[in-house]
Amino acid sequence: MINFNKFYKLFNLISLSLVILSILLLFFKGLNFGVDFKGGTLIELRANDKNINVMSLRQSFSKMNLGDFNVKKFGNENDFLIKIEKKDTSANAIEIIKKELTSSIGSSFNFRRVENVGPKVSAELLKSGVIAIALSLAAMLFYIWIRFEWQFSLGAILALFHDVIITLGLFSLFNLEINLSIVAAVLTIVGYSMNDTVVIFDRVRENLRKFSDIKIFELTNISINETLSRTIITSVTTLLALASIYLFGGEILKGFSLAMIMGIVFGTYSSIYIANPILVKLRVSQKTILKEDKD
Amino acid sequence: MLYFSKLRITLVSLVTLFFVYIALSNFQDAENSLISKRINLGLDLQGGSYLLLEIDNEPVEIQKLQNTTTAIRNFLKGKKINFNDLKIENKTIVFTVTKNDADLVEAFFLDKESEINPYYYQYKSHQFDVIIKDSEFKLSLSKYGLIEIKISSQDQALEIVRRRVDEVGTNEPNIIKRGNNRILVELPGLDDPMRIKSLLGKTANLTFRFVTQNNNDTFGTEMLQFEDGMSEALVSKRIILNGENLLDAQPQMNNQTNETVVSFTLDRVGAKRFGKATSTGVGKQLAIVLDGKIVSAPTIQSVIASGNGQISGNFTFQSATDLALLLRSGALPAPLNIIEERTVGPDLGQDSINAGIIALMIGFLLVIIFMFFKYKIFGLIANITLFVNLFFLVGILTLFGATLTLPGIAGIILTVGMAVDANVLIFERIKEECKKEKNNIIAFDTGYVKSKTAIIDANITTLIAAIILFLMGSGPVKGFSVTLAVGIFTTLFSVYFIARMLTSLYVLKNKEKDKLI
Repeated sequence: MINFNKFYKLFNLISLSLVILSILLLFFKGLNFGVDFKGGTLIELRANDKNINVMSLRQSFSKMNLGDFNVKKFGNENDFLIKIEKKDTSANAIEIIKKELTSSIGSSFNFRRVENVGPKVSAELLKSGVIAIALSLAAMLFYIWIRFEWQFSLGAILALFHDVIITLGLFSLFNLEINLSIVAAVLTIVGYSMNDTVVIFDRVRENLRKFSDIKIFELTNISINETLSRTIITSVTTLLALASIYLFGGEILKGFSLAMIMGIVFGTYSSIYIANPILVKLRVSQKTILKEDKD
Repeated sequence: MLYFSKLRITLVSLVTLFFVYIALSNFQDAENSLISKRINLGLDLQGGSYLLLEIDNEPVEIQKLQNTTTAIRNFLKGKKINFNDLKIENKTIVFTVTKNDADLVEAFFLDKESEINPYYYQYKSHQFDVIIKDSEFKLSLSKYGLIEIKISSQDQALEIVRRRVDEVGTNEPNIIKRGNNRILVELPGLDDPMRIKSLLGKTANLTFRFVTQNNNDTFGTEMLQFEDGMSEALVSKRIILNGENLLDAQPQMNNQTNETVVSFTLDRVGAKRFGKATSTGVGKQLAIVLDGKIVSAPTIQSVIASGNGQISGNFTFQSATDLALLLRSGALPAPLNIIEERTVGPDLGQDSINAGIIALMIGFLLVIIFMFFKYKIFGLIANITLFVNLFFLVGILTLFGATLTLPGIAGIILTVGMAVDANVLIFERIKEECKKEKNNIIAFDTGYVKSKTAIIDANITTLIAAIILFLMGSGPVKGFSVTLAVGIFTTLFSVYFIARMLTSLYVLKNKEKDKLI
């Protein structure tokens, strides 16, 4: 048996500082929002001419007076991603860019993907993304509250906040792009992390019923150990699947799978080191559970 | 929980075979198979264009206010009521009447049978809100009056957009309403939406009006630019004909001038009016105005009574074809703005499919190998279950005719990773029980029973996340939530029927064996 409870204090401190650090990052550095949430134009361009590179593209685009823009490689040697901040959704904006590009670097390129999001739509998408995440947290809180006691609900929800905030903090730190699929990833993390916490909580509750003489400090440790092999095996299989998406699923899914990988690592950790210490702090005992059974 | 009757085994096997068949039918021609449903590929996988259009209702509102102002003028005149200062101010119609008439006029506007201010019974509201101060009336469009305008212009716009897109002839376009002032256009297979975008960007409001020299035209005049932007002309506001009178329009080569023109045919009313106008106006210039710009202003040479005519104006064959198309499909009630565009080329779509399939196969393989090494014979059972689960998942998506997107494929791969969880929970629990209980059958049975709540709770939390994502998400991300949610159900089914059945068959055969798991 591993004594997880020996490190409750230490890891709580580490988690707390990571969360604070993430919040500071989110406040001062902010997130790198993609066109979905900031509006603007995104072009994925494939060049069939070896002479076309980031430099030459940057030069051609800077001649077009498009305001702030960003050119980078995207996966393959000859694939590039161009992001333009100017919110021009007029019918022929893309056509003009294509024309001007042809006159400066020749015609041996094609647009593989074009996304043009107006300011109104991007604001709406951002709003609905935030609402979706908030709503899912609230729904989880409510579900656990119904299935368990409020102490469990609080523990689970703090663990979720921890996972979501640290994942977003890492995105801020590494300047990774936040787009629609990241919102999907965050929601899935919420579901997964919850799933992990619930399995341990379920065992804690069962053990609470069984043993009246064991303190919650010990009891959480026993429960974590009993479910440990399951926790590890499920995390491993999920991470294997995600690693496969990250490595082979193409450029578009990279951000999504990376967010999920981070979320699963933190979700597994937080089930053990956030959710359970909170049960200890709140002095959950057999009484807490018996009250529920009477209802 | 371990006992399975023969009937149940047969049923489960039949259901499994059914879904395997449906899943596989996706790879078969629709005509040769029993089920015609297929999984649709999202625009991000098959390539295509997604356009979100917003209707700019401002001009419609202003038009409505102007029409109502005219109607009020005629109405009050007809009732012989004196009024002053009838005008539009900040989208509000204002006028005053004498004190004696105020009550009477108020009744005209606020009666439920009002001719001038229609009452919507379904909303319990008039078209216009009326504010009366002393004898001054202020009318502004009510909330429902505005909604009514939006809905009707959305209906009209949808029809026109559909006609224009159909005329261009893309395959299986999907054109639907969004909210009450937006229209979503999905064009599969179209990798350059330039032409459609420019066609949808034009209102195509066509009018025929005389060019005048004097400012004293009774209908008023306005200065309009020619399409080339080089010159302008003073045009009467009196409309002789508009696009509604057009029966047909086609691009044509004019044999005499070798110019591309748009020839048109008018309906009977239009032909009559056109004949009359050309007979009185020989020698005058007739301006053909499209969306506030003069296309051309030919001088009338002779009476045109046939109802046939030509529009010339420096057209290329393409621009003449497009103009003819726009005229045939009719004018939009209001301008449309493209507020969101997402276009994926077909080769990128194919690359995404390939990458998705490779990721799925590798992810699947890794999980299978891991499970086999961890649980041996039970790993094999979990793997068979996983395999069947995939068929269930694909089969149900097929039956729904669901749309598979790139994030949707990611959802399937993720399901593969998470689906083994339920089996792992059960197997681990059984291991624990085996330590306490010597009888294998009892140990397995207890394992299944005791792990149930954890499995259900764990899956419901994921399901909640998926449902919220489905409700709030848009586009491809929605596809992810669908596969995730369906994946949860197929996982539970396959774990509790397929895996449990295989486990029970194995355990019942080897019940005396030590260390079964």
